[in-house]
Amino acid sequence: MKNMIFLKAFLVGGLLCVIAQLLMDLTSHKVTPAHVLVGFVTGGVILSALGLYQPLVNWAGAGATVPLSGFGHLLAQGAIGGVKQKGVLGAFSGGVAATAAGITAAVVFGYLAALAFRPKG
Amino acid sequence: MAEVKDSQPLEIQKKEYQKMVQEVQPRPTVGRNVFWAFVVGGLISVLGQLFLNFFQARGLALPEAGAATSTVLVFLAALLTGLGVYDEIAKIAGAGSIVPITGFANSMVAPAMEYRGEGLVLGVGARLFTVAGPVLVFGIVTAWIVAILYYFFR
Amino acid sequence: MPAPKKNGLQTVWFQNPPVIISTATIVGSKEGQGPLGHTFDKVVEDNYYGENTWEKAERRMLKEAMQNAIQRASLQPQNVDYLLAGDLLNQIISADFVARDLGIPFIGLYGACSTMYEGLALGAMLIDGGFAEYVLVGVSSHYSTAERQYRYPTEQGTQRPLYASWTVTGAAAAVLAHQGNGPVITHATIGKAVDLGQGDPNNMGAAMAPAAADTMARHLMDTQRQPDYYDLFITGDLGTYGRELALKLMQQKGYDISTRFSDCGVLIYSPGQDAHAGGSGCACAGVVTCGYLMQEIKAGRLKRILGVATGALLSPCSYQQGETIPGIAHAVVIEGR
Repeated sequence: MKNMIFLKAFLVGGLLCVIAQLLMDLTSHKVTPAHVLVGFVTGGVILSALGLYQPLVNWAGAGATVPLSGFGHLLAQGAIGGVKQKGVLGAFSGGVAATAAGITAAVVFGYLAALAFRPKG
Repeated sequence: MAEVKDSQPLEIQKKEYQKMVQEVQPRPTVGRNVFWAFVVGGLISVLGQLFLNFFQARGLALPEAGAATSTVLVFLAALLTGLGVYDEIAKIAGAGSIVPITGFANSMVAPAMEYRGEGLVLGVGARLFTVAGPVLVFGIVTAWIVAILYYFFR
Repeated sequence: MPAPKKNGLQTVWFQNPPVIISTATIVGSKEGQGPLGHTFDKVVEDNYYGENTWEKAERRMLKEAMQNAIQRASLQPQNVDYLLAGDLLNQIISADFVARDLGIPFIGLYGACSTMYEGLALGAMLIDGGFAEYVLVGVSSHYSTAERQYRYPTEQGTQRPLYASWTVTGAAAAVLAHQGNGPVITHATIGKAVDLGQGDPNNMGAAMAPAAADTMARHLMDTQRQPDYYDLFITGDLGTYGRELALKLMQQKGYDISTRFSDCGVLIYSPGQDAHAGGSGCACAGVVTCGYLMQEIKAGRLKRILGVATGALLSPCSYQQGETIPGIAHAVVIEGR
């Protein structure tokens, strides 16, 4: 069934957000959305390095890549791939290279949106 | 019931008061929050999957299709933030709209827009990275450490 | 006697009670839609108020409220001896810039959301001490300027906890005079900064309730009065849960004020307005006192009230460094004449 991927994406993407929601609701006020985002990127990098994130991506597609842990996964795989190709230098270039499109899009669209719109408050 | 008496030592008063605050303060509506986080987070992922399939069908390889998907999602989030819609979604969706890459984009656009009055350099330019900065710092540093470990121990 | 007008530990009494001869209020649209909407002089629908930043909008509201209050007192700015004003923004820029425009000798105040009553208390002291004939007191706050300074930019997607409060957009001003017609200030109790270890910047009601209870109990002890002496105890911005905490703390101090205890933050919004625990900000105690409470006193429905404005003495720097939040509360007795 080729549409199963959508159900899997929904489940995994939703569950990752549930984990984050529980982190925010059940811990002290010191855990802010910024902390959750940082935690997800870092967690994604570590799970990816341990070889645990790629299977999730294979199974759930965008359900694993759209949450920010997927960004961490890309960073980790990029950095490791960089080492494979270029040695130590690749550790410096691979991660950001793999995520360059997302980062550039966020900076460019963020900048343009800030110029184009006025916050409503 | 917690009892806060002036005659108690301050440390005891603080402990007792903390108990009293716990008794009085409303609990977060965890069940409802989790439900909406699941639904909205899931739907954003499904949207991502739609774009991913679309770009692959147009002949892009998986990594490129993934990059294109991120780009589109980031664009949509920036637009909805500018229109003042994203924060309304997040009020209900919570982590469901914070954790996807769209939330990352929102966390860049929102401060940049608000600090426009402080100029393009120190206002928009600097504030784009209020939340994105820490995310990139921790992500890049951890990935670098992972890669260096891989270099030595592969 | 070194301090003949001091009563007990923290309370002062006024020999010739200064008169609140005029007040003025201005609020944003959310406040205008609230239960007290009809008690405010002006409701501004545009949260930019025709300016290009929210900071300028807040300033414009404060200036307008002050000019209004002066005009209603049939005075000119040069007749006013002192301007006592403050707000929530760093270095109290709203008050600073309005002071620049009005040209009245200016004493800048910072008492967080308690600033209105800090001003009323000090203004009354200046007048009864013989240092002033007219004193102008004013405060302002704005949801969007406060939100981005203390918490998140307004367009950022976050969930506010149920115990969070909503900063009131608006400004209030009052002219105190040596003599004239209007309600009078008979006593003031200056509060201590009280910290019972609360650290959540979203839960300011819990941080401020101990200070409110401390000041109210101290006032009753200093004046040797019983709670039924007052028609109403009204705190500034404790909100629903902070009010409940203050009530419990007062009970444990031996005072039952449950039948006569309200909170400006609870009154200003209705439950359906998504304000969660209630209103907060300098303008909360300010506009409710200068609008609703003044009208009730003038109409004779309230004869004697103890207003207790509360403030949470925090900054983003302090809570990010892990400090807890000291609360402050200043009480002023206002009587109808």
